[in-house]
Amino acid sequence: MSTASITSTGPALKLPEKHYVNATYGIRSWLLTTDHKRIALLYLASVTFFFFIGGFFAMMIRLHLLTPNGYMLSADTYNRMFTMHGVTMIFFFLIPSIPAVLGNFLIPLMVGAKDLAFPKINLLSWYIYIIGGCFTLYSMITGGLDTGWTFYTPLSTVYSNSAVAPAVVGVFITGFSSILTGLNFLVTVHTMRAPGMTWFRLPLFVWAHYATSVVMILGTPVIAITLALAAMERVFGLGFFNPAMGGDPILFQHLFWFYSHPAVYIMILPAMGVISEIIPTFARKKLFGYHFVAAASLAIAVIGFVVWAHHMFVTGQSTYAALAFSFLTFLVAIPSAVKVFNWTATLFGGSISFDTPMLYAFGFLGLFLVGGLTGLFLGTLGIDIHVHDTYFVVAHFHYIMVGGAVMGYLGGMHFWWPKITGRMYPEWIARIAALILFVGFNLTFFPQFVLGYLGMPRRYHVYPPEFQVYNVMSTAGASILAVGYLLPMIYLTWAAFYGKVAGPNPWPATGLEWRTPSPPPTENFEVTPVVTWEPYDFHHRPDLGLEGGAPQGPAVAPAHGDD
Amino acid sequence: MHRTGALYGQFKTLEQQKDTATLGMWIFLVTEVMFFGGIMLAYAINRHTYFPAFAMGSNTLSLFLGGTNTVVLLASSFTMAMGVWSAQVGKKQLLTIFLSLTLVLGFVFLGIKYVEYAQKFHHHLVPGRNFDITYCVNNPARCDDLSPSELEVEREELAKALNADPALNSHAQLYYSAYFGMTGLHALHMIVGAGLLLWLLKESLAGRFDAQYNNPVDIIGLYWHFVDIVWIYLFPLLYLIDRHK
Repeated sequence: MSTASITSTGPALKLPEKHYVNATYGIRSWLLTTDHKRIALLYLASVTFFFFIGGFFAMMIRLHLLTPNGYMLSADTYNRMFTMHGVTMIFFFLIPSIPAVLGNFLIPLMVGAKDLAFPKINLLSWYIYIIGGCFTLYSMITGGLDTGWTFYTPLSTVYSNSAVAPAVVGVFITGFSSILTGLNFLVTVHTMRAPGMTWFRLPLFVWAHYATSVVMILGTPVIAITLALAAMERVFGLGFFNPAMGGDPILFQHLFWFYSHPAVYIMILPAMGVISEIIPTFARKKLFGYHFVAAASLAIAVIGFVVWAHHMFVTGQSTYAALAFSFLTFLVAIPSAVKVFNWTATLFGGSISFDTPMLYAFGFLGLFLVGGLTGLFLGTLGIDIHVHDTYFVVAHFHYIMVGGAVMGYLGGMHFWWPKITGRMYPEWIARIAALILFVGFNLTFFPQFVLGYLGMPRRYHVYPPEFQVYNVMSTAGASILAVGYLLPMIYLTWAAFYGKVAGPNPWPATGLEWRTPSPPPTENFEVTPVVTWEPYDFHHRPDLGLEGGAPQGPAVAPAHGDD
Repeated sequence: MHRTGALYGQFKTLEQQKDTATLGMWIFLVTEVMFFGGIMLAYAINRHTYFPAFAMGSNTLSLFLGGTNTVVLLASSFTMAMGVWSAQVGKKQLLTIFLSLTLVLGFVFLGIKYVEYAQKFHHHLVPGRNFDITYCVNNPARCDDLSPSELEVEREELAKALNADPALNSHAQLYYSAYFGMTGLHALHMIVGAGLLLWLLKESLAGRFDAQYNNPVDIIGLYWHFVDIVWIYLFPLLYLIDRHK
């Protein structure tokens, strides 16, 4: 492997004497830090905590569904389990995962800045996240809620006998942490770039986060006001969404999906950014069609705002509206496909090595492809009416969110773990874990496509006995998946303390973040870097030490004319 | 990052810091537009569905109090703008005066809002069990803060509205949900703004702002103007349009 040959040559590597982790000590130096790298680690600890809570609920669901009559949980408890699984995973893991952990850590490094534009607001966003998380945890330990993660009214506002209000308030509060993160990223990209870091020299990870931030700042306030109205309806009896008082539950659904569909892009766009970094690095080749991939991120963010009512094809909305939303849904597939084709074209003629991050990137490509294509099925009016609210939908969005976003997140964690901790993870265990994840994931969710197509509805705690074989496969897959998630948590933690010292640029990769020591100093760079090279340009980077240069692939993107 | 004079550590120049802060505030205001946009949409849709109830709701609001508040708030925008100007040209005393005036006008607005809210409580116009849109027309003695002409208008409009919508009382609650939701959120923003103004006032009394460094005045000014603009939308939406139709 090329990795091994590069890291093993040359003198023994040592960690820098002073870096952001050992710059100061004590609990206060972490809880009151304004260093984006430390805040990223605070986020890492908290989203991991919520991931395992959400994972616990998922295991409860899968265990319960082992048998057709579901002996393990009562029907009511089952409703609470899938609701809390969704709420935790979406609002407290997927949305903050890549942006708040990797984005927070990397964006200032990638643009060559000392910190984000607003370091204190960055810390504030973590505290807001924690406060929102506490409200939601309070709801969980006082019995949980049973409305589904969508909080549809009037079930959530009038009829549900569960702890809806604290959970809704928790999600409302957490939304502001997302808004502040998005705001911070947007401003940072605009005003904090190092000399020579032009817009079209930004890594695609940064472009992806720019697009994500646009969605965060335009979408999240709408869910905030919607949940605020829903909470006031439950607590004070306002009637906006309550048909008994003349209100309109469909209005809630429109407002909810106006955010919650774009929120899907908050989850997937950053993962796409990670993949755009990993693929050129391990193909040793300039990314094919840089401008198109950057523009595709923005296009996804923009078009993503006008497709929301495809979640509502069966609400009795106007057929013409449904037609328009179906058409617009197909449009989102175009920029997504542009990305997939460009990544594939980058691989063509590259010098590919199969390091762990690359395995995750390959996993992402395949799973995102399946998730994306089934999304087109669901965007088709006739098919959607057939499979609406079945396991087909569940399988589809897990292929995007787990197969796409979580694979991207884990790929990114492995790719940048040497930068974050200064140490390498154990390569072979990591490769095996990536394979276990891939196998476990497909075993869990592919049978659900079949189940859904055969007509098993989602959110039911019982099912006809003929569906059992698929459910057993799915549950078996979920336990393999659980092993696949526990392994990285264990060996990455181990590697942070005992792994082999990585050096500043172990892969090597081209971004600015790799031109500072690992782990970086508190101020990121000893001198402000000046950027004179194009992104992912392995040909003209003798400093990377690639013997014999990068491969001369047949498909090389033309040089930029706009810098 | 530690503060070095007025420049924070992550920036290279005061100019970069100023651009950054200003852009940050503009983006924050975009999020505010989306935030108020959601509730305005809910208002618009309910108004479209329950027009008679919403027109009736408008008729129970006091044009005099609402109009006065609009004037007060516009005046506060003027004093804020003058404050920003004073800071930019380095007139420190003038800055303090204008900031104080803005703060006072802000409190006048909130005071009048308090009077209006109290009136709504007395008139049984708060959504919930005791909501009764006909209360003042049926119990004029208990609504003695309304002038005879106001009461007369209300009586006429109520007859029309009841004729058009038998479930008026229920739908008028939606109007008042929107009224308290929208004006309540606006008032909350005013209170936050007043807090920011207090901080500005403290800093300006300490002489922190001059012709070189005055960005906090500038961006808090932006926020203050935005909150005023929200009211410029709320006033016609809630008080004015289709009052007598």
